[in-house]
Amino acid sequence: MNLILLAVIALGAIGLTAALLLYFASRKFAVHEDERIGQVSAVLPQANCGGCGFPGCAGFAGACVKAADKGSLEGLLCPVGGQPVMEQVAGILGMAVEASAPKVAVVRCNGSCENRPRLVSYDGAQSCKVQQMTGMGETGCPYGCLGCGDCVEACQFDAIRINPETMLPEVDEEKCTACGACSKACPRQIIEIRLKGPKGRRMVVLCNNKDKGAIANKACKASCIGCGKCVKTCEKFEAITLENNLAYIDAEKCKLCRKCEEACPKGAIHAFNFPPRKPKAEEIPNVEPQKAEQ
Amino acid sequence: MKTFNIGGVHPEENKLSAGSPIREVQLPKQAVFSMFQHIGAPANPVVQKGDVVKVGTLLGEAGGFVSAPVYSSVSGKVSKVEPVLDASGTRRMAVIVDVEGDDWEESIDRSTDLVKLSDCPKLDSKTIIEKIKAAGIVGMGGATFPTHVKLCPPPGKVAECVIVNAVECEPYLTADHRLMLEHAEEILVGLQLVMKAVNVTKGYIGIEKNKPDAIALMTEKAKQYPEIEIVPLKVKYPQGGEKQLIDAVIGRQVPAPPALPIDTGAIVQNVGTIFAIYQAVMKNKPLIDRIITVTGKSVKQPSNLLARLGTPFSQLIEECGGLPEDTGKVIGGGPMMGKALLNTDIPMTKGSSGLLIMRQDEAKRAEVEPCIRCAKCVGACPMGLEPYLLAKVSEQKDWEVAEREDIVSCIECGSCQFTCPSHRPLLDYIRLGKSTVMGIIRSRAAK
Repeated sequence: MNLILLAVIALGAIGLTAALLLYFASRKFAVHEDERIGQVSAVLPQANCGGCGFPGCAGFAGACVKAADKGSLEGLLCPVGGQPVMEQVAGILGMAVEASAPKVAVVRCNGSCENRPRLVSYDGAQSCKVQQMTGMGETGCPYGCLGCGDCVEACQFDAIRINPETMLPEVDEEKCTACGACSKACPRQIIEIRLKGPKGRRMVVLCNNKDKGAIANKACKASCIGCGKCVKTCEKFEAITLENNLAYIDAEKCKLCRKCEEACPKGAIHAFNFPPRKPKAEEIPNVEPQKAEQ
Repeated sequence: MKTFNIGGVHPEENKLSAGSPIREVQLPKQAVFSMFQHIGAPANPVVQKGDVVKVGTLLGEAGGFVSAPVYSSVSGKVSKVEPVLDASGTRRMAVIVDVEGDDWEESIDRSTDLVKLSDCPKLDSKTIIEKIKAAGIVGMGGATFPTHVKLCPPPGKVAECVIVNAVECEPYLTADHRLMLEHAEEILVGLQLVMKAVNVTKGYIGIEKNKPDAIALMTEKAKQYPEIEIVPLKVKYPQGGEKQLIDAVIGRQVPAPPALPIDTGAIVQNVGTIFAIYQAVMKNKPLIDRIITVTGKSVKQPSNLLARLGTPFSQLIEECGGLPEDTGKVIGGGPMMGKALLNTDIPMTKGSSGLLIMRQDEAKRAEVEPCIRCAKCVGACPMGLEPYLLAKVSEQKDWEVAEREDIVSCIECGSCQFTCPSHRPLLDYIRLGKSTVMGIIRSRAAK
């Protein structure tokens, strides 16, 4: 009996000491997390895509709270959730959020099998990055799409796929969240995250070729040859700039007049989501070859 | 007989052109000189359109210390200075010369008389290295690292011996083999020059035993030079790798990067480089031509050609009976480490050791199957790495693991991919991983 009592007392004493130790340790080393981080985290999409530039949604939530303490949420955007989510975040943090225009991924290459003949065939590992290391790729264009689908693999939202006919990636605008994963995965920086534009309407130069006109023209039927005709037509708005033999349309300045599309002798400028044009549509293909010869 | 200790494979040798003496190729109509014929900073063009050049005229000056000048190998008029598609598969700056006649710079000694080291008592180490640097000599085994850089060990490192790489472990290639048979004396003098330049008293020439005639000839000729030893080696790929050769010849292992081969006290030079050094120092001839093997099972006349740099590959192929109809791939270099060319108009450069033409059935890669964990690649890797793992983590972009598993030690010899029974593109992914990890390490160091 005595022995049992002794054991109970001894164990009880040890237990009590340990409990006290643990109690004080937990008080001393407690980690205080701002509870707003958890609240912000809860409204984020939890896709952990990294499109915001932070490591996952928790990282973004932390950054939002920190930014809110400094007084502004400027520059922070969850591309997946977009405006509604940012409004919720701002609500939790008691801030106002400015409206941001929606963006979308655009593949700036129109080098389909028809436009850009395959000169050699690549049979190595099916990865754009690996193919990029071998040099020019299968075609004569060192800037165009390699077609192995690194962007497709990178997309978490199933918004980009390779069209088997053209062998080029196509973006599903409904699904695209403009997180930028495809853009980062592309070794040739072909995919650009661009303003979606009103009703999704936008003008884009679908080419990334920075070679001189003659070389670019030989490599691909749909290449930008840097002739500068589009720049001239856009003198009024100054939306188009020509750098390294490649035209670029500034989406913020573009007034969507579509004059550049008509001016381009190579058909490298594309209008997205415009209603079909009735009278002139058939004339354009006839005009193109003549201009190209000049 | 000696060889290196870890890994290695035995690809079919196929030395089809071993019996064909070196033949000189006619001058091209137009020669193209890339400014990127070496590792390091590109050369800067110093000529303009319309300039008249002779054989041996400087076209591009070295763009830094780790760089090499480029000389014209033909005489004529500069027609263009513009980017041209080269063997790397990209368009890079080059000088294009329209050939007229064959006028040589007067400073070049074109006689074939042998000049021995004893004939030039005034030559000292500094002069030799200066001459090598000025002649634009780079590693001619294919790596094209500027030779003068290798001959100037970093402070604190001391050279103890020079090893000549006459292994030619790549299947098909025979350029070095023929060079030894036809220019043995010059090579021995060249080796003495390098030994003098780095101030060592021991020189080795490592030759694989599949070239018994070269071993016999070199041994015979080397008898007059007691400081030079011919080392016959067992046949095993990649014995021509710098680190493997040092292990095979003097039994020392190069530590993992950032250690350099010089840490073992050995300086390794390719036999072609040694011959070029002889010509540069004794004959004042800059690097303007080289021997290149044009070969393949379908080629009518596999040959070893002495061609001027800048000659288009298509002309070399014509010289050997033309491009066979069923050609699947034209590879610049050997079958193991060479690179398939985009077209045959690409000009030959300082590093072009061979041109291999493969039939369609040979060239096609076998279908990729899943890894069966046989670890054959691990056994074959001459650097003691785990290729299956490196390829997997590179595919998954797990650069941390790749770095921890020493991916930067990979010498890209291709033994793993050669030995893989599932035909997995191991090296493709390892190359990607290696270049990415090296980029990460560089950017970390820059911080």
